[in-house]
Amino acid sequence: MTALLTIDHVSKAYGSIQALDDVTIDIRSNEFFALLGPSGCGKTTLLRCIAGFEEPDAGSITIDSTAGVATDLLALPPNKRPVNLMFQSYALFPHMNVQRNVAYGLEREGLPRSEVAARVGEVLETVGLTDKAKARPAQLSGGQRQRVALARAIVKRPRLLLLDEPLSALDRKVRAEMQLELKRLQHEVGITFVVVTHDQEEAMSMADTIAVMHNGRVQQVADPVTLYSRPANVFVADFIGDGTLIPGSAAGGTFTALGRTLPCANPASVTGAAVIMLRPEFLSITAVTDPEVVLEGHVMETHFFGGSSTTVVRVGGLDAPVVISSPGAPRHGVGDHVGMTWAAADAVLIADPGRDPGSS
Amino acid sequence: MTTTEVRSSGRGASRRRALSARAVFAGPGLLYVTLFMSLPLLLILVYSFLNRGRFGGIVWEFTFENYARAFEPVYLKVFTTSIVIAGVTTVLALALGYPTAYAITRLSPRWRTVALVLVVLPFWTNFLIRTYAWIVLLNTEGPVNSALVDLGVIGAPIGLLYTPGAVVVGLLYAYLPLVVLPVYASIERVDRQLIEAATNLGASRTRAFLDVTLPLTLPGAMIGAIFVFVPSLGNFVVPELLGGGKTVMVGNLIRDQFLEARDWPFGSVFALFVVALLVALFALQAVISRRINGRGRARA
Repeated sequence: MTALLTIDHVSKAYGSIQALDDVTIDIRSNEFFALLGPSGCGKTTLLRCIAGFEEPDAGSITIDSTAGVATDLLALPPNKRPVNLMFQSYALFPHMNVQRNVAYGLEREGLPRSEVAARVGEVLETVGLTDKAKARPAQLSGGQRQRVALARAIVKRPRLLLLDEPLSALDRKVRAEMQLELKRLQHEVGITFVVVTHDQEEAMSMADTIAVMHNGRVQQVADPVTLYSRPANVFVADFIGDGTLIPGSAAGGTFTALGRTLPCANPASVTGAAVIMLRPEFLSITAVTDPEVVLEGHVMETHFFGGSSTTVVRVGGLDAPVVISSPGAPRHGVGDHVGMTWAAADAVLIADPGRDPGSS
Repeated sequence: MTTTEVRSSGRGASRRRALSARAVFAGPGLLYVTLFMSLPLLLILVYSFLNRGRFGGIVWEFTFENYARAFEPVYLKVFTTSIVIAGVTTVLALALGYPTAYAITRLSPRWRTVALVLVVLPFWTNFLIRTYAWIVLLNTEGPVNSALVDLGVIGAPIGLLYTPGAVVVGLLYAYLPLVVLPVYASIERVDRQLIEAATNLGASRTRAFLDVTLPLTLPGAMIGAIFVFVPSLGNFVVPELLGGGKTVMVGNLIRDQFLEARDWPFGSVFALFVVALLVALFALQAVISRRINGRGRARA
């Protein structure tokens, strides 16, 4: 599979704020791609650059045309790009009914009436809104509006569909349903989806590939599992999933923190300031007397979720407490002095060049 | 059972409290409107069915005579003249006011404020003075005529003043801000993302304007049109000063009936006509506005 959309060294600044800083991403055909990051990370700006509502200061965005030739997207005006956008607010035309909203884009292409009607009917069927064709947006529920917005975008059969926070306006239950439905639709219509979201669960559960962005820069582009198990840097490690980061330094094949050597995977891969990331499910609690114990501390809180429980342990010398999750009910009470162990392979060592190694 | 009772009685009390709170807030305004708007209007309605007194006032005898007279050709002509003049003024006000309002919404926030202040600035000057100023501008020795002569457009000064055209100019000048402001407000309210959505779906800028901005601002434009049309119809100062009394409009007719002919019942008939027209126009506006925004509640 070759890249459908190539974003090459794109930068964009608003005054002194660098919204996009040398962003390079390849999005493959038929992929469900997510741009993930906290608000203000530049993901929406990137989306708007692709759609043509913003112009990058530098860099290029090209889309692979059907003939295998790259087309310069930036040279096309926004109304001529083979890219459709589903707005966060849905932006449905309030003065048009569902059918006319969906037909609007096809009418602009100058297609014959019969074809417009057929394709609109088809797409309304796909999103399950055939019986609402004559309703105005004001008469629909949030979930229905979202599906109209989606129908309006996919009826054009774009090469690329951009979705700006597609689920954020929905309540929790509808959101879970729509997550599955979006995924199903993407398979069904065979369009490349690019979703912008700040919700990592949403990105992790839907996307094939995720680009994590922060301060206008791409931090890591990877599939959800790699992102979770092998974060490329401290920001990604901290942003994705739960876990404890222990700052220290790596030298000569050992990682040292809190005045002792801590086991981790590939200790020789990094030299200098580094952290190890410990996921809650890879930690286990043992008695302090256990010779395997690596760290010890006092239990601060325990939470029981039925199938599993988490134990929060305060370790002397660490700012943040260590979170351990284990199956079944918690086996330790608040205040207990406990030890912790982990397998070296499960502790991910990450270079942390921005930090002075002596400060830990 | 008991909980339902407690809850319903509690709800009753809070409803009574809400009612009295509403009375406190709305009361003074409501009283004012009743005393100085509804009652006089009712009085006018009653007068229109009575006979005139010899020296003004009314005689308590019921009659349809006033309504029958109102449809005599001479009065119908006044009505048609008024509607044509007010209509032309309204069309011109929309043609000038809509683009102005649109242009103002494209300005930066600071210049937007400046532009809006400039639009309402004439209102701070006395209406009569502003109208007299047009006499100076339009008369045969006035700057408009001399400019036209100097530019070679006309050979000799022409009679611009005391024509229906002068009346339209005067009314347009007086009421143009009344179309700019509501249109500005309605364009400002149109979600920019709707325009972007239209663009993303393949619409050119003109197409997006015609398909999205224009229909969504139609209710605002209609409000502006009504704001210009109705006072233009009822205005009697401008036709008198700039029309030289040659152009008689409904406003002049009403004023003459009350103050000169002293035929209050007959004047009341025309006053009611204007009110009825106003109500009909607002009803039409409401219907169209609902149509545009969908049958449900208007978009917030």
